[in-house]
Amino acid sequence: MDFNQSAEDNLFDHARVIGKPHPRVDGLLKVTGRAPYAYERHNVVANQLVGYPLCATIAKGRITHMDASAARAAPGVAAVVTTAELEPLERAKSNIAHLFGGAKIEHYHQAIAVVVAETLEQAHGAAGLIEVRYEEAPGVFDLEDAFERLQDIGEPQTNVGDVDAALQAAPVTLDAVYRTASQSHAMMEPHASIVDWSEGGQMTVWTSNQMIDTNRQALATTFNIDADTIRVESPYIGGGFGGKLWLRADAVLAALGSRETGRPVKVALPRPMIFNNATHRSGTIQRLRIAAGSDGKITAFDHAAISHTLPGGSGEDAVNQTRCFYAGENRRVAHHPIDMGLPESADMRAPGEASGLAVLEIAMDEMAEKLGMDPVEFRILNDTQVNPEEPSKPFTERHFVECLRKGADTFGWAERNLEPGGRREGQWLIGHGMAGAYRGAPTMTSGARVRLQKGRLIVETDMTDIGTGSYTILTQTAAETMGMEMQDVEVRLGNSAYPTSSGSGGQFGATSTTAGVYAACVALQEQIAKRLNVDEARFENGRVVSGQKDLALADIADGEEIVAEDSINFGDFKDELEIGTFGAHFIEVAVNAYTGETRVRRMLAVCDAGRILNPITARSQVIGGMTMGVGAALTEGMSVDTGRGFFVNHDLAGYEVAVHADIPEQEVIFLETTDAASSPLKAKGVGELGICGVAAAIGNAIYNATGVRIREYPMTLDHMIDQLPNTER
Amino acid sequence: MNSPDSAGKRREITPHGVEHSNVTFTVNGKRHELELDNRTTLLDTLREHLQLTGSKKGCDHGQCGACTVFVNGTRINACLTLAVMHEGDEIATVEGLGDVEHLDPMQQAFIDHDGFQCGYCTPGQICSAKAVLEEVRAGLPSHITQDLNTPIELTDAEIRERMSGNLCRCGAYSNILKAITQVAEAHP
Repeated sequence: MDFNQSAEDNLFDHARVIGKPHPRVDGLLKVTGRAPYAYERHNVVANQLVGYPLCATIAKGRITHMDASAARAAPGVAAVVTTAELEPLERAKSNIAHLFGGAKIEHYHQAIAVVVAETLEQAHGAAGLIEVRYEEAPGVFDLEDAFERLQDIGEPQTNVGDVDAALQAAPVTLDAVYRTASQSHAMMEPHASIVDWSEGGQMTVWTSNQMIDTNRQALATTFNIDADTIRVESPYIGGGFGGKLWLRADAVLAALGSRETGRPVKVALPRPMIFNNATHRSGTIQRLRIAAGSDGKITAFDHAAISHTLPGGSGEDAVNQTRCFYAGENRRVAHHPIDMGLPESADMRAPGEASGLAVLEIAMDEMAEKLGMDPVEFRILNDTQVNPEEPSKPFTERHFVECLRKGADTFGWAERNLEPGGRREGQWLIGHGMAGAYRGAPTMTSGARVRLQKGRLIVETDMTDIGTGSYTILTQTAAETMGMEMQDVEVRLGNSAYPTSSGSGGQFGATSTTAGVYAACVALQEQIAKRLNVDEARFENGRVVSGQKDLALADIADGEEIVAEDSINFGDFKDELEIGTFGAHFIEVAVNAYTGETRVRRMLAVCDAGRILNPITARSQVIGGMTMGVGAALTEGMSVDTGRGFFVNHDLAGYEVAVHADIPEQEVIFLETTDAASSPLKAKGVGELGICGVAAAIGNAIYNATGVRIREYPMTLDHMIDQLPNTER
Repeated sequence: MNSPDSAGKRREITPHGVEHSNVTFTVNGKRHELELDNRTTLLDTLREHLQLTGSKKGCDHGQCGACTVFVNGTRINACLTLAVMHEGDEIATVEGLGDVEHLDPMQQAFIDHDGFQCGYCTPGQICSAKAVLEEVRAGLPSHITQDLNTPIELTDAEIRERMSGNLCRCGAYSNILKAITQVAEAHP
């Protein structure tokens, strides 16, 4: 099905199932502990061995000596595969660092061996017996140093108008430098795979991965085999957030171990490897200049940022949203990815925007203060309905102002603390802050197959459910389209035997895959109509109706299976439009007047993301983003050892994600909007919108509470304890 | 991670004494006699040897709570204890709480309030949630309990504090709080 123009009035505008609050269809499996995650699949293949990885303990250099003889002789060990004995494996285009092979070390905790044994204890124990010696090479690990060198150089991504003149002429300007920390996805399930490559021919991979087809292609490149000989399954995924977009060491080591031993092998990355072996969000240093007239209208943005990457990667592009979030005639944005020897930086939930809005939305707060304006009104004044760089390109549906107004009303913004440091309850300073949120609404080609079997519908697509609710919204989509009840629809996901979908990432999954399932259902309807020899048919109450014909779906073709497959292809008419999602976050914090401890007391998000397919799962996505935003604001930061070149706090005690005690009441409001240019369902993503701007809203609330403006994340108490307002001691 | 010692060498480790032991305990009421490598954690015993994979391994360090199970009625992190230490113990896991036809009220409450997304931390959250209600009833104080001489009030803050050893990266905390509150109110 081609989607070449905006959708007209259709069945989703009169929905019976879509948009309704259906509980997760996979809920029963998850609360009873019966949903099978990758490492747990004892029953898919017999005689599984366990692999345990060994990692490099230097950041850069070469292995000069590796002796695995003691490990090979250890009890229960079936094989040891070391990196030194293999040529470097081919690097898939989605990987930056080589995953295995060769003596070269590109980053700390690079996998250098896998020990395969009958049990985990044996493999783990034997891994400690491998002798490794290195020759270290000097590396660059300090982003601060790079920032000093790079100020005001390099080609900007965009340069519209005359930014320098506008900055010089403006009565009100801001020029400030901000820092965001490197962050780990820290999903609860570590990367894990079982691989059966025991015959050296067909490879079967039971894994935890967000993008099945990308994963399969990457395996094919890595091992130089035909993708058609590889089957990948990933039906349940214990969180991803971008960390499981790509092929990683778990699957590679399991495959090598399986080829070596002739048995299936399973490998889970030990938790410390998640931080230095797997990918992370790069920290950034950003300089932001904003100019405005005394009327509050912004005249110029100048946003430059750097982030780190291994050579060949793209880092964290923190400037992108500044190109089109707010009005203003002049703007220049530039992102400089800096080649550094730290582990591989890559996408994490709202890559770019999460870090960029964490800064832009503090800068907006600072500008509002300089102008003496309410930060809500300042944003409303600078709203734009067109891409400010290309005014001929309109936003399709942009209800940012409504988000701001609705949020301010609901939150009680008018009753906020007005004087920084001016409101106190006992030992707590109370502050209020807000921020805007923006994230694109991309769509990708997405396929699905549907099977009508005796009145039941099976939906097959290689889409994944990473906690997002894919199983549920695709069940709703199929039930809605076919006029069936949800319990008569079974959705099967995460298998390379199924049609290729968009996969889960970039906030495109829900929009793209519901459209793909819709397309497959329409193809099925056409087949059914053809069999009944009618031109048009209605599908309702589990029946197909056309003229005098009225037949239960179970009775079509005497119950013989009917199969249909199609994909949704989004046309280039979208290139002429700006399609985005918008939001506003409102926060109340209490900061301890003596210790600087920050407690978030109240959180509100108002979201404009097109049709909400399921308000339960969509809301969970948004509160999940808000929770991750609390971590980003207050506690999460991977500390770099700039001498040795690695992230020091590589476990869940040292890297502090938000816990129960950190999260207060959370309220989410979805505006009742639809976006006909987005998809046949008129929906857009929310999974990444929820984190955008949250950290800045908290930072602005801390400033409002204390009068201390912090421009560095995470906003730990050491940034403010010596500047807190005078208190009786 | 493993690395060579300061001399850049490792000696082959010769075990002192026996490497395997017999242990007998019950899991969800069923008796198991096992011969195990002494190094096997209770968590790996459940997941690998008994194939009870409801208890999850998130960190293997006692830092995430995904492996929370009951031992003789008390919640513990199954990754931080060796199986051979549990001779004669009664162990309970999420699989013993309820099944698809007969959910425990806490399991139902997690569904009712969407107290999970990816589902990986969920069995641990549910086990801890049940334990929290029992601990408060039994008068066990938490770090934030103000008065040790009166019955503990089950406030939101008490629940959040006592649940804070169970991480949920999907961020379902505020929904989990509602689920626990629903059960607490229905079964005071």
